[in-house]
Amino acid sequence: MMQIEVNNKKIQAEPGEMILTALKRAGIHVPTLCYLEKLPPAGRCRICVVEVEGRKDLVTACSTPVQENMKIKTHSPRVLNTRKKILELLLSNHPDDCLYCVRNGQCDLRQLADEMYIRTRDLPRNVKKGEIDTSSLSIVREPSKCILCGRCVRVCAEIQTVNAIEIMQRGSLAYVGIEDDKGMGESWCINCGQCVVVCPTGALAEKSHVEMVKDALGDPKKYVVVQHAPSISVTLAEEFGFPVGTDVDCLMVAAFRAMGFDRVFDTSFSADLTIMEEGSELVHRLLHGGKLPMMTSCSPGWVKFVEQFYPELTENVSTCKSPQQMMGAIIKSFFSERENIKPEDIFSVSIMPCTAKKFEANRPEMGRNGVSDVDAVLTTRELAELIRLYGIDFKSLKPEEADDPFGQRTTAGKIFGASGGVMEAALRSGYFLVTGKELEDLSIEPVRGLEGIREAKIKVNDLELHVAVTSGLGNARKLMDQVRAGRKDLHFIEIMTCPGGCIAGGGQPRNADFEKFKARAQSLYTIDKNEEIRVSHKNPSIIRLYDEFLGKPLGEKSHKLLHTHYKKRELYN
Amino acid sequence: MISEKKALTRHADVPGMDVIDHYIKDGGYQGLEKALKRVPQDIVEEVKKSFLRGRGGAGFPTGLKWSFLPKEKTKPFYLVCNADEGEPGTFKDRIIMENDPFLLIEGMTITGYAIRADLGFIYIRGEFKWIAEKLEKAIEQAKKKNLLGKNILNSNYCFDIKVMRGAGAYICGEETALLESIEGKRGEPRTKPPFPANVGLYGCPTIVNNVETLACIPFILQHDAETFKLMGSFQAAGTKLYGISGHVNKPGVYEYPMGTNLKDLIQYAAGGVKNSKKLKAVIPGGLSATILKADEIDVNMDFDSCLKKDTMLGSGGIIVMDEDTSIPEVAMTTINFFTHESCGQCAPCREGLAKIQQILKNLLAGNGTANDLKTIDELANIINGSTLCPLGEAGALAVNAMIQKFRPEFESLVN
Amino acid sequence: MSTTPSPHVVGDKEYKLSQQLKDKITDLSAQYPEKNSVIIPALHLIQDEFGWVPPAAMRQMAQLLNIASNTVFGVASFYTMFNNKPVGRYHIQICRNIACSLNGSKELLEHIMKKLGIQIGEVSNDGKFSVSTVECLGACGSAPVMMVNDVYYENLTEKKVDQIIKSLE
Repeated sequence: MMQIEVNNKKIQAEPGEMILTALKRAGIHVPTLCYLEKLPPAGRCRICVVEVEGRKDLVTACSTPVQENMKIKTHSPRVLNTRKKILELLLSNHPDDCLYCVRNGQCDLRQLADEMYIRTRDLPRNVKKGEIDTSSLSIVREPSKCILCGRCVRVCAEIQTVNAIEIMQRGSLAYVGIEDDKGMGESWCINCGQCVVVCPTGALAEKSHVEMVKDALGDPKKYVVVQHAPSISVTLAEEFGFPVGTDVDCLMVAAFRAMGFDRVFDTSFSADLTIMEEGSELVHRLLHGGKLPMMTSCSPGWVKFVEQFYPELTENVSTCKSPQQMMGAIIKSFFSERENIKPEDIFSVSIMPCTAKKFEANRPEMGRNGVSDVDAVLTTRELAELIRLYGIDFKSLKPEEADDPFGQRTTAGKIFGASGGVMEAALRSGYFLVTGKELEDLSIEPVRGLEGIREAKIKVNDLELHVAVTSGLGNARKLMDQVRAGRKDLHFIEIMTCPGGCIAGGGQPRNADFEKFKARAQSLYTIDKNEEIRVSHKNPSIIRLYDEFLGKPLGEKSHKLLHTHYKKRELYN
Repeated sequence: MISEKKALTRHADVPGMDVIDHYIKDGGYQGLEKALKRVPQDIVEEVKKSFLRGRGGAGFPTGLKWSFLPKEKTKPFYLVCNADEGEPGTFKDRIIMENDPFLLIEGMTITGYAIRADLGFIYIRGEFKWIAEKLEKAIEQAKKKNLLGKNILNSNYCFDIKVMRGAGAYICGEETALLESIEGKRGEPRTKPPFPANVGLYGCPTIVNNVETLACIPFILQHDAETFKLMGSFQAAGTKLYGISGHVNKPGVYEYPMGTNLKDLIQYAAGGVKNSKKLKAVIPGGLSATILKADEIDVNMDFDSCLKKDTMLGSGGIIVMDEDTSIPEVAMTTINFFTHESCGQCAPCREGLAKIQQILKNLLAGNGTANDLKTIDELANIINGSTLCPLGEAGALAVNAMIQKFRPEFESLVN
Repeated sequence: MSTTPSPHVVGDKEYKLSQQLKDKITDLSAQYPEKNSVIIPALHLIQDEFGWVPPAAMRQMAQLLNIASNTVFGVASFYTMFNNKPVGRYHIQICRNIACSLNGSKELLEHIMKKLGIQIGEVSNDGKFSVSTVECLGACGSAPVMMVNDVYYENLTEKKVDQIIKSLE
């Protein structure tokens, strides 16, 4: 440790760390716009400039390493004036139609304008132009609101290694664009929405389904059913001022009912169903010489990624639909028959941590007879918007339980929300499927965690099952390159598109840092620790569904309703 | 009177210098031969002793820069020659490369030996296609003579040079943007630290030197540090290529002792102001340098003397303007250039320069307001010291100086 | 000095990289410590071939190098030498920077536009000429200066420009 002096006060700093890191630890706030945790500093926005004694120029706190006895001023007159003027420059080109903006009230730029005490428009205006791009099923781009912080481009290229967007042109003509000025829908975008999460303005947003859901709720002819993904109950809390990681499952269910949803189901139920099918598929592949390693299929961004970048590996991807689509298919088949409601009269809504789920729900193979299985997908953020739209005082709601038959879940389905959860749940049931016995310890620590590539070996009878888990497509790419290069020892791989899994999904509340991700994930594992039924094959509703309707895993009905296929996608045309 | 001193242009008037035999016959490659008999560290010390300072504009001591490379070599080292000559008013490196390509190649070969480099690059502005081809031919000739390539002159030293053409981006003259460009990327400057001597081209330790700097090296090694030093004036070492353009009778590149007086250069080297007009202003070191009024030009053209007069030697590109020149129009040309060349990465440069351009354009079109000059001043003051690289502040300060020094001309544009 | 015409491609001809060009790019890429260093040289080669950098050609180049098309488009659009649309067979670029403008490049530009009947950024009807301005060409001592395709013309006067244009016709 070394000492530095900030605003005449001594604070501790680690050798080699950036000024910003030391300031954060000491609780000294310096505003940022382009800063991204986990990536090297870009130094683009210059909002975090500070004054260092003995230096002529200001330095950016994000990219300047501390030095012993460095004397820093974070809010000197020069610093404040510079920050304000830089921001005024950005604002002078900004449409500032805040009242009509998707980020109304939750905009980093607007917040910063307030923080910098901007009260007058002094600079001549020159508002940026650019048509709104609605070509993507998941993401809407509004280029005029872009302030070129570059976060979206960096997340897409450096974390996800997708390169769907890039900075085109240069200087004041620079813009975030796509080759040949194509729309996002025709780009390499895999719809993960990580760009949406990091965008400080309204330049990037999910394609909203709020109006669609509102219309369905107001339509007496529609029977509106909702499912909510495993992670939602531990992240929605942040939108309503609860501590990070608070599980608001039952309040959320109450909110759905208050808004007029006819049935409330839990996607964790269909996650259990996924485990039954996927676990059986793995066993089948192992016993019958199927393509290995098998790879999970519940994360639609990853699925498109593999279709685009590793088309030769699409057969390795499990044919299981994702929990969202399994639930959708069951609702519009079994449930529709049982309740005697025509599939087209059911409006099936899902609440997802994910923007790619909007794309997935629109895949042509996800429905039957021209009726799609899922009609609208709301992100966690959109759900909060919907709850506010209906004037619901979330905090004063009385807890309620989800509906039968698909409201009952095990904690195995619930931990799908964190990276490693699918693997853990699959191993618990797979072990049982093969050996007829339960694992001694159901908590499989080696596959847990939010970072890196994790591998584990589990003895199942004579076989040593070798599994790998990762999240974030940059990590996935590393693993896939190994497989492509001929790595043969792996049997099963779990891949989640977003770094950390669904709790860090592209549809989750913004302004989350790694600490928040950990708190969200911890909440899921606490639920898992505290509840009785922790394996999918013991879910009574799952057992009943197979008895009454599906028959057996990988059976004919399952094949028709719960499994799918993939396509190879051409990149260079 | 002032007199020319020829260290860099000593072969320049001899035709056929692009044939290696002619170059050798005229004394070429003696520097390299002598250098290879010494240990690399020795050469670094010799260059330090010569007080050679970087000729690209910043004036950083060359030997000191070389000594920043890691002592231990765990990765390849690269030497990059910055030949992206693009600072308006600058056209000196072209003279060396076009007329005496082996001088640069020999300089690089010696430098590569001194800094233990494995490979050299010449990053030349894209428009100089014919010069790039000339350099490539010269490199081939040097390889055939075993003056480049493997085991140079049986010294075990291996070094090769590749020529890379830019493609129209002034910012690539900034050393880290240049490295990005060689790597096939957008020419966006990097945040520093780390500096190229530690993390440079392809993440490896790299030294970037200007053409003129590298062209000084053969002279220093062929003679010695002292001789080079004495080629300069009493306050600054060596010679300097001054490019004089604008309203002068004899525009061109002239080699004089570093620190030669600006007034004398204009009067004697360039033959004075064209058409017997009166002098109005001079930009002494490329368009980034602060403009000087006619009564401010009694300045010695070396790094320190220029700084003392609140301007800079920069690249030594002297732009002369006569009494009929409209400074607001020069300011417009200046801001148009820097706005056009901003890489767009950092907000104050990208947005700030464009805003100054917007305001000036309005002003020149007769739509200005009394507040405009104050706004430009405020913007220039915050751009100064807040940008990622020097481009933004160079542009803003250059324009602001024009306004401050020729204020009535700008004020008369406000209705 | 002579100027070879820029291979202006008319109509909806497909912009396919020839096998020869592909091989050249692949060979070149192997000569650098990292293959992506070939991006700018390859864009120069493509422009030499087509007179500009057509999107289809850039995509094929990206595929050849196994990199994102966006990367190539991002790079190409950064550097102003790469024409993002077809230019005339003789693409005239006049320096508008300080030394040239002090020496009458603005008047020269007017003269050329009037003579050819085209504005900045336009191509003449016969596809022969196009005009644009350019920032400093690094030849300030011989201002005003222009480039026609790859060739520099210096110390220009209206008379000299007329002769040059005539020699191209």
